Amino acid sequence: MSGTDLNVSIEPSYLVSGGNTLWSWLSTHDHKRIAILYALGITFFFFLGGAAAVMIRLELATPAGDLMTAETYNKTFTFHGIVMVWFFLVPSIPTTLGNFLVPMMIGARDMAFPRLNLFSWYLYMAAGVFTIAMLLLGGVDTGWTFYTPFSTMFSNTHVILAAVGVFVVGFSSILTGINILVTVHSLRAPGMHWFRLPLFVWAMYATSVVMVLATPVLAMTLALIALERLAGIGIFDPALGGDPLLFQHFFWFYSHPAVYIMVLPAMGVASELISMGARQKIFGYRFMTWSMLAIAVIGFMVWGHHMFVAGQSMYASMVFSILSFVVAVPSAIKVFNWVSTLYKGQIDFHAPMLYGLGFVGLFMLGGLTGLFLAATALDVNLTDTYFVVSHFHYIMVGGSVMAYLGGIHYWWPKITGRLYSERLARFAAILMFFGFNLTFFPQYLLGYLGMPRRYHEYLPKYQALNVLSSAGASILAVSYLLPLAYLGWSLFYGRKAGPNPFRATGLEWTTPSPPPTHNFAVTPVVTEGPYEYRS
Amino acid sequence: MSDVAQAHLQEQFEEPTQQREASTLGMWQFLATEVLFFGVLFAAYAVCRFRFPDGFAEAARHTHVVYGTIETAVLLVSSAGAALALRNVELGGRRVAALLLWGTALLGAVFLALHGVEYTKEFHEGLIPGLRFTHAGPQAHAVELFYCLYFVITGFHSLHVMIGVVLMSVMGWRTWRGRYAPGYVTPLENSALYWHFVDIVWIFVYPMIYLVGRAG
Amino acid sequence: MTLHLPLTPEASNFAPHIDALFNAMLWLCGLVALAVFAVMIVFCVKYRRGSPADRSERRHSSLAVELTWTIVPFLMFCALFGWSLKLWSELRRPPGDAATVYVVAKQWMWKVQHAGGQREIDRLHVPLGQPTRLLMTSQDVIHSFYVPAFRVKQDVLPGRYTQMWFTPTRLGRFDLLCAEFCGTDHAAMRGEVVVMRPERYAQWLQSHASTGLAQRGEALFRRFGCSGCHGAGATVHAPDLSGIYGTRVALSDGSTAKVDDRYLHDSIMLPDSQVVAGYAPIMPSYEGRIGEEDVLALLAYIKSSDQPGPHPTEPSHERH
Repeated sequence: MSGTDLNVSIEPSYLVSGGNTLWSWLSTHDHKRIAILYALGITFFFFLGGAAAVMIRLELATPAGDLMTAETYNKTFTFHGIVMVWFFLVPSIPTTLGNFLVPMMIGARDMAFPRLNLFSWYLYMAAGVFTIAMLLLGGVDTGWTFYTPFSTMFSNTHVILAAVGVFVVGFSSILTGINILVTVHSLRAPGMHWFRLPLFVWAMYATSVVMVLATPVLAMTLALIALERLAGIGIFDPALGGDPLLFQHFFWFYSHPAVYIMVLPAMGVASELISMGARQKIFGYRFMTWSMLAIAVIGFMVWGHHMFVAGQSMYASMVFSILSFVVAVPSAIKVFNWVSTLYKGQIDFHAPMLYGLGFVGLFMLGGLTGLFLAATALDVNLTDTYFVVSHFHYIMVGGSVMAYLGGIHYWWPKITGRLYSERLARFAAILMFFGFNLTFFPQYLLGYLGMPRRYHEYLPKYQALNVLSSAGASILAVSYLLPLAYLGWSLFYGRKAGPNPFRATGLEWTTPSPPPTHNFAVTPVVTEGPYEYRS
Repeated sequence: MSDVAQAHLQEQFEEPTQQREASTLGMWQFLATEVLFFGVLFAAYAVCRFRFPDGFAEAARHTHVVYGTIETAVLLVSSAGAALALRNVELGGRRVAALLLWGTALLGAVFLALHGVEYTKEFHEGLIPGLRFTHAGPQAHAVELFYCLYFVITGFHSLHVMIGVVLMSVMGWRTWRGRYAPGYVTPLENSALYWHFVDIVWIFVYPMIYLVGRAG
Repeated sequence: MTLHLPLTPEASNFAPHIDALFNAMLWLCGLVALAVFAVMIVFCVKYRRGSPADRSERRHSSLAVELTWTIVPFLMFCALFGWSLKLWSELRRPPGDAATVYVVAKQWMWKVQHAGGQREIDRLHVPLGQPTRLLMTSQDVIHSFYVPAFRVKQDVLPGRYTQMWFTPTRLGRFDLLCAEFCGTDHAAMRGEVVVMRPERYAQWLQSHASTGLAQRGEALFRRFGCSGCHGAGATVHAPDLSGIYGTRVALSDGSTAKVDDRYLHDSIMLPDSQVVAGYAPIMPSYEGRIGEEDVLALLAYIKSSDQPGPHPTEPSHERH
């Protein structure tokens, strides 16, 4: 693609054209405005889930359950999980960066189904309303995993309301996935062959395959839980001959692929950040695309590794174990390729690159600990302890959140037309890296030493590590508030950005910052692959 | 013909064939999600039936197979109607197609009515778990489990039929008004696809629910 | 360096092996992580923008390199998997001479019954150096029996039995924790496992003996009317239960089933799920009428009859 031609348009930016009334935003079909609408919701839920995390870490600074009652604590970690998984991590990159960038990166004017896109956002917001209502009415205490029979027959909290909220946001997810898949299939500009697509687009594609196929299973499973509570339809009730383990199979059949929904987009962002930061083509582009598809497919075959000690057959566990090792191989390939991209590059350590490098390091550590959990003999000891908690936080927070923030920083000039304070951004990125490790590394040790998860009080011998973790959390919290502050500030007082402040390749950088509503004045014709950086 | 298509071209597409391809692909993907959605129920059914074969056979013998069979016929005919309607429009028709589509919607409503009768009978027979379940005997729990699945599966299916009835009615109206023409039938195609899908789900549900334990 | 921290001793036959695998993986993963970090740092320094490093002949792909770092990790993973598999099979297969102790979990306590009728709450006494097998079920929700010092854990489910086994290798008191979220007081559902020398353990059993579990089961067998159909002088045609444990029976649907703990439990609670061939499905269900602890007593009684069956093995998992 021609990186130097500027797609000059006399159309004003998307932030302005089409009006600036509230209604013009709430009825927009423009994928870029919809991305902004999502970003507002996503940010709100991130800090809401973060507030729950603060409560958790405050309680856990002391061994006794002295800050909240057990019930309140159980509701707090449940709320933290539900909000962070379904209202932040799953939608974050696909609906904000994905919505904004996929059409631009492929040279299209909008997504394939703009009205469906807006409808998806309304579903997300409606689901959010249900979830907040659930919170205000007293919360739910089953854990984000809703295990039966506790959730169906024993919990006295608002399980049905929570299930409805997640059911609805699941459909928002499905529709977004369909939109992205069809957009990538049908709307690529002339010359934009599959293997000329930026890896971010490949990542969105792989994520959407998983979103579309896995989420319906969650929807039906939650519907069954709600029906069992509401109408006594006891498919999981052991007294009727039902099976609580069947719930776990259904739930994890979605929820394991769901973690790939949460990490694949981050991998896509990381590829963009690293190639731009090193001013080089990503090393091993083809292997990078195949490995993302492999993760998406194999990810559907490993769900039983959440159930090694649940009562699952010994032989089924063996199969799930080897497949869980296998699914780590494509992730390893990606880590090595990212590192190789640095070789003979011209590396710039601006904030997006710092986030990208942080992602690679923390994702690798999280992935390595996954290997421990894939080994059934070790998992027996480690499952349901803080080792698992730390493992998934390394990937989802150290990985996905860092990549999300890195992407927000990288494309901020394009999205908003403003530049942020580079000095503050680098400081926040580095602070985040240290705060994160201080928060979560001690949790590996806690888990190995035997502290179970979802405990609001614990044996005093675990206190030292918990205090470290809580201290780290306070640093991490500050490092998340900083971007909120300086990015927000930049919206009003930041310097105006040019079309391509990072001198990056990619069709999105050939448009003005911010872009006009229809992205390109003339449909671009693509003649070369992505990442054609000239030295 | 292509003028009609051009008139309905949305601005994100370059040309009608692109729009048609995207639209159809989207519909097929949506149907894939529906397969997985119902798939959970079929999987649950399979697991429970494997564990309680006798109980499920006994339970299935209490279903109203005559009604179920009529419902199957009704849906199959309605699907034929939808297919014929589409073909009619592709050949330039309008009124006949609209009538066929409304016929499809009507048959869908008949299906729902028959189901309503079934549910009412099941209420009087005390076969609704959680609401009124009086079936006793050694297999009672398996029968109850069967009926849990029966109501969930047929309930979700009926919900989809209801949506289809509304969809077909609207498409009938639009066809009557001449919105579709030989070069532009994609919305009709996609609606028909949805209806056929709802029909196919029933083709699986019917033997699973009504025919178990009735041979011999 | 191994992670032998004083906080969590190795107190079972499994613990040293599990720790060995853990430590090996820790070394391996640690080395990989360090290597990757080192390379990243070196590259970042050497190839920072404007540095004089040689950047000629840049390559952006290499099949050889890609295949290497695909196949080598895969082979390492296979080795780790194999090592874990060996341990896993041992974890899942209790030896024939393991003594069985029965555990019933409920919100929020552990109820333990020994074969001789000794009962404990939130405490489990076991002998040093001898294998113990726990047969567990829950009265309500899913719990999980976790002893960090033994490195073993097993979920405890309502409506079925799960088992775990271990041989304690150290004397002392070790934390017992619930490891599956089970409601309000999940964190308080704690106890301890007390490992005693075999002689002291035998004394403890003596001093806490009450009616043996099997004797209690025999009394329940009469009280609940089981003997009315299954007893020697019964007029109702019902399967004879003596010596039945461990045998295979033919079911009415043509399949066969192994008479193990799960089979017996389901025969009492869900009798029509597996009717023996040649018998009418007329046995009533005792669901809701007999508690799980009493079911265990009945099982102990049935297992103790004239010709004891073969050794207990893994509860059958035919369902999945």
